Amino acid sequence: MAVRLVQKPGPGASLVIRGARVLDPEAGIDEVRDLVVRDGVIGGDPDGLEVVDAGGMVALPGFVDPHVHLRTPGREDLEDIATGSLAGAAGGFVTIIAMPNTTPVVDNAAVLGTLLERGEQEAVIRVGFLAAITVGQKGQELTEQAEMAALGAAGFSDDGHPVSDARVMRRALQYQAITGLPLVLHEEDVKLSGRGVMHEGAVASRLGMEGIPSISESVAVARDAALAEYEDGWIHICHVSAMETVEEIRRAKARGIRITGEVTPHHLALTDEAVTSLDASRHKMNPPLREESDRQALIAALADGTLDCVATDHAPHDADEKEVPFEEAPFGITGLETAFAVCNTSLVAPGHMTLELLARRMSADPARALGLPVPTLADGAVADVALVDPAARVVVGQDGFRSRSRNSAWLGEELLGRVALTIAGGRIAWRT
Amino acid sequence: MTRRSLLTIGDLDRAEVARILRVGNRFAEVMTRDIKKVPTLRGRTIINMFFEASTRTSTSFELAGKRLSADVVNVKGSGSSVEKGETLKDTVITLNSYAPDVLVIRHASVGACAMAARYTDAAVISAGDGKHEHPTQTLLDLYTIEREVGPLDGLHIAFVGDVAHSRVARSGIRGFQMMGARVSLIAPPTLLPRDAGAALGVETSTDVRDVTDADVVYVLRMQLERMGPGGFVPSLREYAMTYGINHGRLRPGQRVMHAGPINRGVEISGELADDPTTLIERQAANGMVVRMAVLYDLLAGPSGSPEPAGAPIGAVAV
Ligand SMILES: [Zn+2]
Repeated sequence: MAVRLVQKPGPGASLVIRGARVLDPEAGIDEVRDLVVRDGVIGGDPDGLEVVDAGGMVALPGFVDPHVHLRTPGREDLEDIATGSLAGAAGGFVTIIAMPNTTPVVDNAAVLGTLLERGEQEAVIRVGFLAAITVGQKGQELTEQAEMAALGAAGFSDDGHPVSDARVMRRALQYQAITGLPLVLHEEDVKLSGRGVMHEGAVASRLGMEGIPSISESVAVARDAALAEYEDGWIHICHVSAMETVEEIRRAKARGIRITGEVTPHHLALTDEAVTSLDASRHKMNPPLREESDRQALIAALADGTLDCVATDHAPHDADEKEVPFEEAPFGITGLETAFAVCNTSLVAPGHMTLELLARRMSADPARALGLPVPTLADGAVADVALVDPAARVVVGQDGFRSRSRNSAWLGEELLGRVALTIAGGRIAWRT
Repeated sequence: MTRRSLLTIGDLDRAEVARILRVGNRFAEVMTRDIKKVPTLRGRTIINMFFEASTRTSTSFELAGKRLSADVVNVKGSGSSVEKGETLKDTVITLNSYAPDVLVIRHASVGACAMAARYTDAAVISAGDGKHEHPTQTLLDLYTIEREVGPLDGLHIAFVGDVAHSRVARSGIRGFQMMGARVSLIAPPTLLPRDAGAALGVETSTDVRDVTDADVVYVLRMQLERMGPGGFVPSLREYAMTYGINHGRLRPGQRVMHAGPINRGVEISGELADDPTTLIERQAANGMVVRMAVLYDLLAGPSGSPEPAGAPIGAVAV
């Protein structure tokens, strides 16, 4: 049973990226030289190929996002596979994995099959699909996971909701023996979250908003780590936001549990102080933006590998849905188009990590976390390249968005880093 | 041009608060006259948008506007466009097209007034948004304390009770501190927001006996409607026993406040609520003149400069 990553067919790219720093930490490459792509494959004869002047830029293995919402089926007005994959391409992503909390939920082979077909017609980069863990994401009955695994699901997730029933979670872990696929877990104790709309802490106390406590996330992770240990399972923790959760994952890894974790650019860059904007379109998400101590813990954990990778949790929403009083708005912000620039601005530029480490955390590590092919710039590989200019200043949204939605936390703000060219699966998917 | 709004008490500085309270004093004088109406805001339009029921606040805003001779229109949440599926944003945009000078907004959700202010050219006055703030309540509380107790500087005011759900407390803490008072919170641990002490810069206690330290005991309403299921306290009976304020819990000379409406026998005993030494009735009475002062300050008073001496505001009765 192999994960199916789908992409629409097209001609292989043929060009020479001239004078870039070619950086592939996994393959041990770091030198300023030309990078040849011929018929969609790295390497070969540069003669007669188009030359792309890339002085001052960095050619990286293309990024992999294990967590995006493409809103398809059901809310194609917010995003579809074409626009979502183009947004990914514009962000330097070569592979994105879509969450199944759509309308209807991707909880059966028919819906998954339709999506895979549509992806083959529409996706400009590689797209994979997670299927639901439970029917309707209701947390009660397991979906027909063996069948969906055979069809090419990338794994299983009830993202948007936790699997609250421990017995159901245990069964899903047992079922991994058949599917061989990861469980991608939205971790939250919904009773502890209550009617919370932002992080529980000083800012919420000042604003008078119901808080979502950090332990709402960490106690759920602690439970599932224990279950995974007991069943010898494979779990990937979505959008880790709290210091306490980092500690749970660190302990679980130390015990040898197969557990990985992801963190979003917004949790790495922002804190709950941002919520004083009362602008839901920018700053309302779940899990919520937490405190500076959490942010520092997340950065440290991403640096030391306790958190394995960056994931955008790209969550397109309609402006009208978000243009309501903060407490009433839906959770989520977009992220594909700004992910590299946000991380580059808030992690690399201030010296929290090198560009090399960020490149790993956005490409090889997320791919490994979900068991996907690892993009590489080594000769002979299918070209999966993100050509970035880390010094370029870009005002977010100035040139519009490729996503159908524009609920970005950075709308109108200047970030450091531009994605100049994306080659995904050997095809040119994005070019400025 | 977007007008100056009053969304939180933090939109005002100490001097501005003092100015509004002084103007309130002069309107209070006007209200002692036979004819209680002045032409100050003639030709101005005020729209009161109350998406959450509040007879007290809406009436006092309405009367405040009318006694200043403004045209006052009331839009109620129930039966309004909101129930027909129109969003707050749409409603504000529509009303803005009538070119009002002021929108007074009461809404159940934090951020409603801030959002409305993005879609109107009118001055927006928050009459309470969710559990966030209620700035004119704080101004009338400050006015009441100043007149009935004395200058705020150095006074100790203790909020008692349901701090977690109280916009009155949240605005009050900022406002009282700004004017030099010391503020403390006394509440059951389940009704004290997390990190309240550090977040709000106050002392906190879970022991009701600490009320005796305060000059003014500000009793907060148990906001049962905001609590939902899940039980913040085991029962109202137990709450009344452990945190309810009555004569026995006070020392002589302490003044008691409550923003109303009162849950008699829950957060405050009926006997104490009816005691003429409490400031509860004064608060209600002062609400209107302070709201007149706020309207005057936003519309007629030159922002940032002292109020005009003598003449216009109370001089001409019509
Ligand atoms: Zn998500």
